[in-house]
Amino acid sequence: MAAKAVGYDVIIGLEVHVELKTRTKLFCGCENRFGAPPNSLTCPVCLGLPGVLPVLNQEAVAKAARAGLALGCTVREISKFDRKQYFYPDLPKGYQISQYDQPLCEHGQLAIYDGRGNYVKTVRIRRIHLEEDAGKLNHLGQRLSDAAGSLVDLNRAGVPLIEIVSEPDLSSGEEARWYLNALRTVLSYLDISDLRMEEGSMRCDANVSLRPHGWAGSLGDLPRVEIKNLNSLRNVERAIDYEVERQATRLAQGLKIELETRGFDDVSGRTYSQRSKEEAHDYRYFPEPDLPPLRLEAAQIAAWAKALPPLPDRVREELKAAGLEAKDAEILVQDPSAVAYFRAAWEAYGKAVPVANWMLSDLARLLNAAKRGYGDAPVPPAELAALLTQIDRGVLSGRMAKEVLEAMFERGESAEAAIRRLGVSQISDEGRIRQEVEAVIGEHAKVVEDFRAGKEKALAFLVGQVMKRTRGQANPEVVNRLLRELLSEPVRPSGS
Amino acid sequence: MNLLELGAAALAAAVREGEVSARQAVEAYIQQVQASEPTVGAYLRLDEAGAREQAERIDQASWEERRRWPLAGVPVAVKDNIVMEGMETTAGSKILSGWVPPYSATVVERLVAAGAIILGKTNLDEFAMGSSTEFSAYHPTYNPWDPGRVPGGSSGGSAAAVAAGSALVALGSDTGGSIRQPAAYCGVVGLKPTYGRVSRYGLIAFASSLDQIGPLARTVEDAALLLEVLAGVDAKDATSVDEPVPPYRQHLDQPLPGLRIGVPAEYFGEGIDPVVQRTVEAALQRLAAGGAQLVPISLPHTPYAIATYYLIAPAEASSNLARYDGIRFGLRQPASDLTQLYESTRAAGFGVEVKRRILLGTHVLSAGYYDAYYLRAEKVRTLIRQDFEQAFAHVDVVATPTTPDLPFPLGSRSDDPLRMYLSDVCTVTSNLAGLPAISVPCGWAEGLPVGLQLIGPAFSEDLLLRAARMVEAVTERPRWPWQREEA
Ligand SMILES: [Zn+2]
Repeated sequence: MAAKAVGYDVIIGLEVHVELKTRTKLFCGCENRFGAPPNSLTCPVCLGLPGVLPVLNQEAVAKAARAGLALGCTVREISKFDRKQYFYPDLPKGYQISQYDQPLCEHGQLAIYDGRGNYVKTVRIRRIHLEEDAGKLNHLGQRLSDAAGSLVDLNRAGVPLIEIVSEPDLSSGEEARWYLNALRTVLSYLDISDLRMEEGSMRCDANVSLRPHGWAGSLGDLPRVEIKNLNSLRNVERAIDYEVERQATRLAQGLKIELETRGFDDVSGRTYSQRSKEEAHDYRYFPEPDLPPLRLEAAQIAAWAKALPPLPDRVREELKAAGLEAKDAEILVQDPSAVAYFRAAWEAYGKAVPVANWMLSDLARLLNAAKRGYGDAPVPPAELAALLTQIDRGVLSGRMAKEVLEAMFERGESAEAAIRRLGVSQISDEGRIRQEVEAVIGEHAKVVEDFRAGKEKALAFLVGQVMKRTRGQANPEVVNRLLRELLSEPVRPSGS
Repeated sequence: MNLLELGAAALAAAVREGEVSARQAVEAYIQQVQASEPTVGAYLRLDEAGAREQAERIDQASWEERRRWPLAGVPVAVKDNIVMEGMETTAGSKILSGWVPPYSATVVERLVAAGAIILGKTNLDEFAMGSSTEFSAYHPTYNPWDPGRVPGGSSGGSAAAVAAGSALVALGSDTGGSIRQPAAYCGVVGLKPTYGRVSRYGLIAFASSLDQIGPLARTVEDAALLLEVLAGVDAKDATSVDEPVPPYRQHLDQPLPGLRIGVPAEYFGEGIDPVVQRTVEAALQRLAAGGAQLVPISLPHTPYAIATYYLIAPAEASSNLARYDGIRFGLRQPASDLTQLYESTRAAGFGVEVKRRILLGTHVLSAGYYDAYYLRAEKVRTLIRQDFEQAFAHVDVVATPTTPDLPFPLGSRSDDPLRMYLSDVCTVTSNLAGLPAISVPCGWAEGLPVGLQLIGPAFSEDLLLRAARMVEAVTERPRWPWQREEA
């Protein structure tokens, strides 16, 4: 339930950090990989030893620029790097190389959708800049202040990050969740990051303020609270909802909102003060003298833009145009491997809706149970198409097809092989079915009478009997049709 | 033959041809080090074993290999803010005491690949911040021409080693004059290359946008030979520039008929010791007599250079020195929490001049002061650069005194930072403008050397070396201190 603040507009902006998936770190040749033994992926440069210099990783530049282009940003032909300075043991140089006043990308936008795939609003993106990640501290104890000691792991130090800063266009925790979801979806199409919030490869800070109705001043003058390090979509929503309510309550009591940095406690669901305005860092930004300005050719930027894959907004429209329901289209759109699977199966089969239906029901259930994705589904798209074709040809009933799909999924068989091995194929031969129908009509005179007396339900019983005699293999459509046909014939006098 | 008498080119040629062994050269220099160190104190660390090992390697190489080494067997001293794998490097600071780098600077790799022999690491003002080498955390260095006087700084150890004959050539680093000023004080040649000419990878940063590594040598020829080895783009330094490296030494004796030498009014007169000024002017007159044209010019923003430099350099230094936090290497003081760890380590590890500049630089970059100080200084820096651009439309090089005065007595300025900062008044402009500049001895006054500085357009080292060679040719040099001792 979204928090309410009567008499105020809720103003929310998000800062999202995304770790780029690159071969090496941003400024050195160390491997960029998660989960290696502590400090095994380090060198003099990312350890910040005396005398070292950074060299910019062009792969990271390309990926950051592609993220910007996918989010509708302008990529600057000239941007520059700056030093953001503060002391902390996970920051080897005592400064982070970031971009301050000339970020790589500016002025983008992102459309957000609710859970049912309905358009909500378009959020402006202020900027995207490229920077290096810090290392990690492992405290021997609960907190740094009472820890027996702390161990520094610098494997992550120097890993490339992009920071995506939105304009304060969001107005609830729910919208913030939708925004993050949309952002993650767009980025997932570019394959530039693992985008795992629980592993920290995507992290979110939220700025929350309340604006009194009729406020004439600038947004910058409103007391703003920053909530740091939100590590799941759910927690982003929870933290914002809590914070909106906290601020509204204070204001209702005539108390002031302090400009501060707050953390979020997952267990209690509350935000708590971390740093007041007085304790805020002065980062003393200044231009990084070790790196010349980053210059990109306009032609290069244009080539990156041209090479972008079809993005979620376009894919969503395409899927709707193919006849999919908004809700189904939305589910597919959020997973680029699902979209790829869908496209391949759709092309092989020819009709969109049945493919989507089978993907989102039976195949999705099997994938979930096996903890797999569409990208490594044991049933390739062409085989799903082959299965659906067998239904259309009347070889399989829907129920049979489910059984066949399960077998295909388990054994990695083709549709044809599974049908053959299971010996399931539908009897559609009219002559053969007519024999069985006639036999059933003969055996169940009482039920036949009921039906003729207008009891529609009696028909289902008769269908069931025919199916039983054919071990479920008779084509139910043919059975239905023949039963109605034969039952509507005039009653022949018995014994004639 | 006294091996100390040979210049670098001659020694390398003799070693290449097998006329002299590298081992002989090394032993001669080690002997001279032992003789001069008690009175000079140029070195922080000697590596006799390593030097002998390198000599062995050279002597055992085939002629085919040796002939490709332009510095075969040449003993080099390296300023202790340039890292060399496996050899303790302190930058003259207690905070790095005991730190052994796991990698080598690009210039060290280039020296070794050229067959040079690294004798040891020389003394400097802590983190290259100073103009006298008195701010070394370890010991002072004394001027070989007069042990009561400073050798200049911050590359005082390297300049003194060359003057004392305890190294044939040396590496220094120059942020505001730290190669040229000690070169002038010690009567040797010192060249600060164009920003980006020599890789800074492995140079412990003081002020990254101003720092350059360069050669110190007895002669212009040796400096040219050394620069040829050091210069060139380096993939590990994004600010190094991909400009071809000319064969500086080969070009040295090409004449420069009618060379137009700009003489800027701002570098003569007030603040310049008359003895220094007279010596420099006399040298310029000798050049004019040889056919050079002296052109009076103005570099109007020169009076703002010291102030500009002492905003930009400390700002960058305050950032570059943040990594000395006691966490990963060097000194760590015992502490009960993180803040105390930082405070006590940095309080104990840094000397007074370094702390002064960190405070100054931190202030300059602070919120509310950045625009007034740092940004304005950057604007003046642009004006200073433009002064030179305009001058070079009319002249080929600019000539000035390297220092405003003669080497001063030890202890006479260490309590007066502003006076100490004025030692850089003639040299900081070329760092701010990123231009190459060379100091070459142009005469001796009261038994002490006087340096003449030549500043050229970007990447004009070739021209500067040839012009310096002309100065050298019209300057009478007394016997070196080590030659006098011998006599
Ligand atoms: Zn590294």
